[in-house]
Order: sequence, then C-alpha cells, then structure tokens
Amino acid sequence: MNYHWNWGIFFEQVKAGEETYLDWLITGFGWTVAVAVSAWLIALFCGGIIGTLRTTPHRGLAFFATCWVELFRNVPLLVQMLLWFFVVPELLPRDLSLWVKQDMPAKEFVTAVLCLGLFTSARIAEQVRAGVQSLPNGQRMAGLAMGFTLPQTYRYVILPMAFRIIIPPLTSEFMNVFKNSSVAFAIGVLELTFQARQIQEDSEQGIETYFAVTVLYFICAFMANRGMAFIEKRSRVPGFIATAK
Amino acid sequence: MSFFAQLDLSVIGASLPFIWTGLLFTLKLTLIAMTGGIILGTLLALARLSPIAPLAMAATWYVNLMRSIPLLMVILWFFLIIPLLTGKPMGAENSAIITFTLFEAAYYSEIMRAGIQSIPRGQVMAGQAIGMTYWQTMGHVVLPQAFRNMLPILLTQTIILFQDTSLVYAIGAKDLLKAAEIAGKNYNRPLEMYIFVALVYFVICFALSRLVKHLQARIAIVR
Repeated sequence: MNYHWNWGIFFEQVKAGEETYLDWLITGFGWTVAVAVSAWLIALFCGGIIGTLRTTPHRGLAFFATCWVELFRNVPLLVQMLLWFFVVPELLPRDLSLWVKQDMPAKEFVTAVLCLGLFTSARIAEQVRAGVQSLPNGQRMAGLAMGFTLPQTYRYVILPMAFRIIIPPLTSEFMNVFKNSSVAFAIGVLELTFQARQIQEDSEQGIETYFAVTVLYFICAFMANRGMAFIEKRSRVPGFIATAK
Repeated sequence: MSFFAQLDLSVIGASLPFIWTGLLFTLKLTLIAMTGGIILGTLLALARLSPIAPLAMAATWYVNLMRSIPLLMVILWFFLIIPLLTGKPMGAENSAIITFTLFEAAYYSEIMRAGIQSIPRGQVMAGQAIGMTYWQTMGHVVLPQAFRNMLPILLTQTIILFQDTSLVYAIGAKDLLKAAEIAGKNYNRPLEMYIFVALVYFVICFALSRLVKHLQARIAIVR
C-alpha cells in the first residue's frame, strides 16, 4: 500500500483561507448535531400524533395516518431530500416560492431538518402504534368507563405507558437520525460527510480524514445511546418490561 | 395547479431507455448485495454464536462497527480504500457492489442471529445426539427453520437495501437516481425526473412491502 500518512493534517491550514482542517471538522460536527437533534424533535412530535391516529377508531384519521407512513417509508431518504429541495419550492404560491428560493435564511439546513424529521416521523409512528397496541385493551376500556373522553384516555392512560414501552426502539431510531443526517450533504448542508469529502479533496489525506469523521459519528451514536438510557432509567414504570433486567 | 400544467411529461418517455439502464443497475446491486449479504450474514451470525471466543468477538466487532457508521461514510471509505489496497483504480459500480455486500451482511447477520436463537436448544442437542456434525445440525435442522421464520424480516431489510442503493449517488455510480438526474440535466427538466424517480421507488417498495405483509400472514398460519 502506497500511502503518504500525515496525522498532523488537521492542524494545517486549508488551501484557500485562514482556517485549519480541524475548524472544518468542528463545523461539520456542529451541523450534524444540529440537523439530527432538530429533526428528532419534529419526528417525535409528528410521529407521536400520526402513530396515535393510526390506533384510533376513527377510520378517516387512521387512513390519513397510514398514507403518511407509507408515503415517507417507501421513498429513499436521498430522493426525498432532493424533492424537498428542488421540487417543493415550485409547488408553493408564487411569492412564497420566490422567498424560499432566494431569501430564506439557512435554506439547506431548514430543508434537511424538515425532510429528515418527516422521514423519521413515519418510523416513530410505527413504533408508537406498536407500543399502543401492546397495551392490554382493558386499559383503554377502563379509561373510557371512568368517563374519560377518547383524547383524555390517550393523554392520561395509554400514551404515558406506550411511550415508556417503546424507549428501546426509539433509542435506535435516535441513533439512526444521526446516521441519516449524513444524507443532507446532497443538498449542501455543511455537515460531517460534506466536510469529509471537502477535506479529502482539499488535503488528499483521505484515510486520516475519514477516520476522524468516523470517530465523530461514533461519538454521536454513543451520546444518543447514553442520553436515551438515562431517560429510560428515569421513566421506568415499576413492575414493567423496562425493570425486568 | 399551474405547477402541474408546466410539467413536460414527454421528456420522461424520451429518456425511459436511459433510465431503464439505471434501474437495471439498481436491481443488480440489490440482488447481489442481498444474496451475498445473507450468505455472509449467516456466517457472521454463526461466528457470533460460536463457542470460539476470538471468532465470536471478531464477528461482534465487525457487526457493531458497520452498524454504527452511516452507510454513506462506508461507501466513501471503500471507494477510497479499495484502490489503495489493490493498487489499481476501481469503478464506482464495482466498488458499490463490494461495499453493499459487506455492509448489508452486518444487518442480515443480526436478523439471522435472532432467527437461530429462536430455535429451541433441544433441537441442536437432538441433532448432536443422533451423531450429526455441527455443520449437519446447522444445515439440516437449524438454518432452514431460522431462515423461514425470518423470511419476512429478511425481505423488509431488502426493501431498505433497495432504497439505500440510491446513496451510490455520492460516488457517481449510475443507478436509477443518477440516471434520472443525468437525463433531467440533458433535457433541462430536472423536476419531472425527480418526481418520476420518486414514483418508481414508491411503487416498487410499496408493492414489496404488501408482499411481505401477505407472507407474514401465511407464515403465521403455518406456525
């Protein structure tokens, strides 16, 4: 193998500018975390609602939620990213469309967060549905029998249990969000994968660069995992699956 | 509705043969990575469950490593490293095939491991008791059942794999998405192409996921 190793590359200056390659890496890490965490918030919110709707007796709402899930699950994330970036602005009313294309601040970031958030929401919705369905039907009936309305039954009885039960699969979804945020490179978000390619082209030290970026992704996955483990521990319901360990 | 009135659908017809070659590559990549991934994944699963500690550890490390890095990074890694190791440049297409096979093996191995562990231990012991070797027990008793139980999940993973192949975009391999994009650039009609490609992916994935659901119901009855 004929390769010129240079692990000091990160402290050298980039070809055109004052910054070092380390600065580029840190910027990339920041954008990756920002995209992933913002998308995760959107995904939890939408996924919670859509997943709940899929389990309600209201057929119209359940159908809408099913369409939502199938739509976002059956198109590759990269294709969705390109659609949101190139096609959706054209669908908006003329003035809004012009604003989005020309003046919207942090256009790439907003698009990536929205796209990744909705993509992930479909997967979270499936987990929420599974969580709700894993509860004994008696809980719903008990809630209704006590005089709760259906929304109240969900709010006070079903969802608090369901969300705790699905924390383990949500943990892996949270880790997936960090990994999937790499697709945002395609529309020009300056996140880690984008920086990896840029540093590799600029410095031609590919192995060192990719190694550093891979380590940073590991750190993301690890943080996500520990963070969720902490929540899991704090939100345990005595006598339930989570405490069985 | 002005947006849809502006769409020029004739460019899709004109570029169909070109897009077809892209779809063929996507399908080829999916099939090779699926076959290779399941075979390699099964071996990895057997290694993880084997009593030989170093072997089990190596397999565990490999699987965990692959599963914690974004696929996109793995694609870039292999595209960079394979030519350095072999000393000669390798096309994006071949690089993609190798990458996807090795990457998907990690995911398939987790499925096969669950499948193997779902078979009662007594069956392995029974196999050994009647004098079968390790490979005979696995090949004739455990793996066929594990494979059948896990078939729906293996197929679901394959749908994910089919969608993920679009990421070869990053190294410029000419798959369905890339072909459509090139066609869009040639005709200066990128929007039509993106919408068309999304539709193609949706139809294929939706049909396959229905098939999986159907299969799940049938397998559940057999059990």
